[in-house]
Amino acid sequence: MTLTRFVTKNAFRNKRRTTLTVLSIAFSLLLLTMMMTIWKAFYLDQGSVESSQRLITRNKVSLIFFLPGYYREKIRAIPGVTHVVNQTWYGGQYKDSKPENMFAQFGTDPQEFFDVYKDLRIPPDQLEAWQKDRAGTVVDAELAKKHGWKIGDRIYLKGLIFPGNLDLTIRGMYTSTQPTESIYFNSTYLEEGYAPIKGRAGFFGVVADSAEDVPKVAKAIDEEFKNVERPTKTESEHAFQLGWIAMMGNVKAFILSICLAVVFAILLVSANTMAMSIRERAREVAVLKTLGFTQSKVLRLFVGEAVTVAVLGGMLGALAGAGLMELAAKAPGLNFFLAGVHVAATTMLVALLVSATMGFVSAFVPAYHASRLNIVEGLRHIG
Amino acid sequence: MAIPISYNVRNLKLRKGATVMTALGIALTVTIAIFIMALLAGLHDAFATSGDPRNVLVLRKGSNSELAAGGVDREAMQVLKDLPGLAKNSNGDTLISGEDILVIVLPRKDGTGETNVTMRFLSPIGLQMRPNMKLVAGRWFSPGQREVVVSKSIHERFSHTNIGDTMSFIKGDWTVVGIFDSGGSAHESEIWADINQITTDLDRSQYSSILMQATDAVTAQGLKNRVSDDQRLKLSGMLEPEYYASQTNTGAPIKIVGWVVAFIMAIGSIFAAMNTMYAAVAYRGREIATLRVMGFSRPSILTSFVLESLLLATLGALVGIVLMLPFNGMTTGTSNPVTFSEAVFSLRMTPNVVISALIFALVMGLFGGLAPAWHAARRNIIVALRD
Repeated sequence: MTLTRFVTKNAFRNKRRTTLTVLSIAFSLLLLTMMMTIWKAFYLDQGSVESSQRLITRNKVSLIFFLPGYYREKIRAIPGVTHVVNQTWYGGQYKDSKPENMFAQFGTDPQEFFDVYKDLRIPPDQLEAWQKDRAGTVVDAELAKKHGWKIGDRIYLKGLIFPGNLDLTIRGMYTSTQPTESIYFNSTYLEEGYAPIKGRAGFFGVVADSAEDVPKVAKAIDEEFKNVERPTKTESEHAFQLGWIAMMGNVKAFILSICLAVVFAILLVSANTMAMSIRERAREVAVLKTLGFTQSKVLRLFVGEAVTVAVLGGMLGALAGAGLMELAAKAPGLNFFLAGVHVAATTMLVALLVSATMGFVSAFVPAYHASRLNIVEGLRHIG
Repeated sequence: MAIPISYNVRNLKLRKGATVMTALGIALTVTIAIFIMALLAGLHDAFATSGDPRNVLVLRKGSNSELAAGGVDREAMQVLKDLPGLAKNSNGDTLISGEDILVIVLPRKDGTGETNVTMRFLSPIGLQMRPNMKLVAGRWFSPGQREVVVSKSIHERFSHTNIGDTMSFIKGDWTVVGIFDSGGSAHESEIWADINQITTDLDRSQYSSILMQATDAVTAQGLKNRVSDDQRLKLSGMLEPEYYASQTNTGAPIKIVGWVVAFIMAIGSIFAAMNTMYAAVAYRGREIATLRVMGFSRPSILTSFVLESLLLATLGALVGIVLMLPFNGMTTGTSNPVTFSEAVFSLRMTPNVVISALIFALVMGLFGGLAPAWHAARRNIIVALRD
């Protein structure tokens, strides 16, 4: 019998206890996997190549104030800018106020929109159909699938922010690497229905020559509109998105404290199990020692056992976390923030590493005591 | 006959290590549950208890927010002012207030960047209509001055909000002259300033909303219907409490995530508690058999072990509650989907929250203890005695 085999045999000899411990650790690890994934998606990922070249220009005071539409051509004239498109958040209601019927609606310019958002792909004939129909709209193919929309269907939106409703016809569907939960329509159609918005835009999507040029372009745009009535604030698309997350509250502290609680919980569960199982085996330890096992070997046996159980729980948890994340990314109310977020292999690896470490740490104290046990006392130990 | 509870207490004391570790695990889960519930209680207080039932809020028809484009025309004020049922103050002024809402960006004090904050512009009558707002420092803004009054929470969370500080927006600088306490209502997320000043600055022809006060709640209901039914006005009336209640879905993502986290952690804790209790049962096999021989029935053994598990959970809950106490009253903020700006509220550990946390822990203890207790009660006496 090899040592590894001895360790695994021991790890599973009290099946119920091992199962409960593995499950308990798995549930904690599941949370850790999800929290780390969200953290990575929010703060570490930089988005697609196209996204890293994009900037958003908005009113400096607040996103809710409009910018004059003529800023678009002024921005276009700035060196390093290749494309600019206006966008206005419509914020209308589809069917009812249920979260599953919520998606973003933007008024924009069909002539240039897909030049700015190159990572959104649309068949050329559909794009042309959209450009020709003033009351047409293009929708995210995933969103269309969810609502059962087909090309030619009508979408009726009730204006909440703007007076006046929109009666749109689907002219095209675009695909994207990440779900956008959005539809786009011609801003002229909105302007016709509500005159005060004419010649204004909510914000501008800007494409720079290269990702390296983004900070320079951002500065140049804000310089241009520094001393006017409506100054701008330009930032990279990624920074803009982070701003939305920051509005949710102190998300970083929230995630961190959950991670901490979870890691501590794993430590407690694993330590408790190991303490219980080592105490029961005092006599066995004494026998092992009589057979000639050294202190360090006994220590390694127990630590190996704890790590085995913890890693098993970790694997289960990481896999379940990956599955649950897929569900969460589609859940109404969360999809706006988590659309397209997946658990990465590296995240799962980190989760496994954390559980292994916790197993190691948790076993150390009881195992150390066991390994130092006096043989005679151990043999006398009851229960 | 029931086994005395002191037996369980002594057993928990005997196995200190396991007891402390399991209770701490439960405590961690309880802390997260308390955090979520305190958050919800704070949000609930801010929205569900805001507004005076005598007040009717008038918005453009079809709009659900004071922030929507296209507000209420100033001329409408003249029509609304003469509606029957409006209350008057001691000077004989009708209690009606045309108000404007803006959103400005302020940097947070804790260095986590800037966020949107709601500014409400109103008249001295508007102030009178909200008697629950108490000035805690400085004074109210003077009409015709570029002066603002900030809420206590805004003062605590944002830079440039001390008395004497200036904020720069629209056309020029505004001086902070006072701090008010809204008693945890939705106005806690707002900065207030004079309506006439902003009208001149922005050349606005509309109000964001008009607030009017009826003589009593029943009259308010009638007033609300009258405004909504008037085809010429193209306005809709809403009772002020209804308007704020419609914003309670603020913080929904945090709510969902919070409950999912608490639920998953609870399952983990149940498994951990089960483990401890199974070990307790296994450890005391002979003891249990002896108890049976002495005449204690199976049900009393079952009850005794479930009770022990519940005791363990209660201990966990108490630790969790104590751990969370320092966070009671802590102000925090999240985005309000209706106003597009930060809703500030306090974590509130109300008696309800504490009781719910205790029940939450007891449920964990019950689920964790039931199977092991069942196992203990069912064991054969002879086999157990020979163990």
